[in-house]
Amino acid sequence: MTISQFSAVLLFSLFTSVVFGITQRAEPRMMVRFGAFCFVLFVGGTIAASWVMWLIKH
Amino acid sequence: MATKINYPLVAGDKGLVETPASGISPTVALIAGWLVPGAGHLLLGKWIRAALLTVSILCMFAIGIALKGKVYLPNTGEPLDILGFAGDLGSGVLYGLARLMGWGQAPVLVAVADYGTKFIVVAGLLNIVAAVDAHSLASGRKRS
Repeated sequence: MTISQFSAVLLFSLFTSVVFGITQRAEPRMMVRFGAFCFVLFVGGTIAASWVMWLIKH
Repeated sequence: MATKINYPLVAGDKGLVETPASGISPTVALIAGWLVPGAGHLLLGKWIRAALLTVSILCMFAIGIALKGKVYLPNTGEPLDILGFAGDLGSGVLYGLARLMGWGQAPVLVAVADYGTKFIVVAGLLNIVAAVDAHSLASGRKRS
């Protein structure tokens, strides 16, 4: 099996965010909100770091 | 005068003795959650959370294996390998199954296999977080 780097980021972020959301908040609504927040941070952080590395290289 | 405490306790309460709020021993919930992903929450009757945790951790572990990630051994002597082994061990039965079936690769040969190694380790670490959460629910430290 091979996947692209971005697919790996999405899968990693999805599963990790689900677990973080469930374990770090007590109310179901807050779980969903925190999970979504984590997902956006994971993916957004990776994209931002990628651009930083691109800028350093160029 | 002794005061009767209504459980569950709220996190942050001090000076209160924790007792199970659900009838399930916190230790049982912790060990069950560690051995089988989501089992701790299942014992506590949190079906949806248990299902989501099981699917998430199982999928991460399975993807890691499918990407030909490395399954760490306990006795390599390398400090980083020992840390990887501790992470892998968090998967409980899944790690035992991987060792038993010979899943995973010893040397990482391709770039995505390194992602696979990380997926396997993180699946174990997430399982530990989930098991501790089940312990907190069972002891009443977490409200719901």
